[in-house]
Amino acid sequence: MIAIVDYGVGNLFSLSSSLKALGLETEVTRDAAALRAADRVILPGVGAFGDARAKLDATGLVPVIREEAAKKPLLGICLGMQLLFDRGFEYGEHPGLGLVPGQVVDLHNDLEDKTLKVPHMGWNSLRIVKDDPLFRYFNDGEYVYYVHSFYARDCEASTLGTSQYGNVDVTGVVRCGNVYGTQFHPEKSGDAGLRLLKAFAEL
Amino acid sequence: MLAKRIIPCLDVKDGRVVKGTNFEGLRDMADPVEMARFYNTSGADELVFYDITASVEGRNLFTDILRRVAGEIFIPLTVGGGIRTLDDFDRVLKCGADKVSVNSGAIADPSLIAAAAKKYGDQCVVLSMDVRRVDGQFRLFAKGGRVDTGIDAMEWAARGVGDGAGEIVLNSIDTDGVKNGFDLEMLDALAQRVSVPIIASGGAGNMEHFAQLFTHPGIDAGLAASIFHSKQVDIKDLKRFLRARGVEMRI
Repeated sequence: MIAIVDYGVGNLFSLSSSLKALGLETEVTRDAAALRAADRVILPGVGAFGDARAKLDATGLVPVIREEAAKKPLLGICLGMQLLFDRGFEYGEHPGLGLVPGQVVDLHNDLEDKTLKVPHMGWNSLRIVKDDPLFRYFNDGEYVYYVHSFYARDCEASTLGTSQYGNVDVTGVVRCGNVYGTQFHPEKSGDAGLRLLKAFAEL
Repeated sequence: MLAKRIIPCLDVKDGRVVKGTNFEGLRDMADPVEMARFYNTSGADELVFYDITASVEGRNLFTDILRRVAGEIFIPLTVGGGIRTLDDFDRVLKCGADKVSVNSGAIADPSLIAAAAKKYGDQCVVLSMDVRRVDGQFRLFAKGGRVDTGIDAMEWAARGVGDGAGEIVLNSIDTDGVKNGFDLEMLDALAQRVSVPIIASGGAGNMEHFAQLFTHPGIDAGLAASIFHSKQVDIKDLKRFLRARGVEMRI
């Protein structure tokens, strides 16, 4: 069973539908016991870093997520991935969960070509920089769907895949032990995204 | 780099996909769920559903269809038509929409864009505009292109983006349904005004029109209905054609 952490940010309809379409059992939950019982956990999220962190704290699940991340595969998606890092700088500095070393910074600041649009929104090609079981069904260079204005940086050791936007290699996929994150939305990335989710379910 | 997007648009009325020419004379095309499946396998980068139903029954039918599509098609879905309040945003987002497109609703209530962007994020709010040339000005039209608002469309777009619209669909009434190509002059004027992604709509008649479109900087996506629905242009073929012409495409 895959537990999707429900902490009141974003729409979980597509994510749970995509897992169901793969024949996987899922539960959208904010119950600590359900997270402990699950064999995998997904941390979703859209919105702003600080607000999402506050909402996650309010559920009281942060210690449970930390404990479970040591025992079973966890996948952060989009803002859920950003929360895995040490800190984020969206509307001020906010602490992350510290499960992956690195920080989440404003993409616009790092782009040399200031005419490039932010949010980085749309389909970009994902370059695999380090092979991993997560890519079992994924081909190097396939397109995935991004929507974000901040990105993870200073996390080279954990980076599995990147997408180029101007001069910036946007961190697309990270892994630190059991903890995975994708900046893009696999549940919106068509067949390629479904294959990543399938591989995550088989880790 | 980001790929340019090809987006089929499905106008849904009473549970069926329809597409008119110059917004007049609607004719029935097909089942929306079947069509969504077809477009998903043929490489559409995103789907746009416009609810052009007036009745409550039709509206419920539309949200049922949306839920069915979102339950099995895992690419971005934009929904528009009859979006007037935050409750309307809520209704379609809960059924699996990723982005919500506002048009006449924002004209009737100009605070809608800012309120929706604050609640759901800029990326969720798409400003859709029907624009026609009147007295040498790009003029904003309401009610499916029937009513001249007297508002300068470029001013309206700049204001919408300032309020938090994350993307703009520019539909040129002058070129819509004519199949002589996109309204590049109007699109250029918009691209000079705003820095959010622009989706071009109205006028696509063949593959060459898309190739011309993507030589214009600042245009992120091309949207069309009838040429895709009639299979006059196959999206897979179109994307191969554009890639061969040097346009970045997800294939």
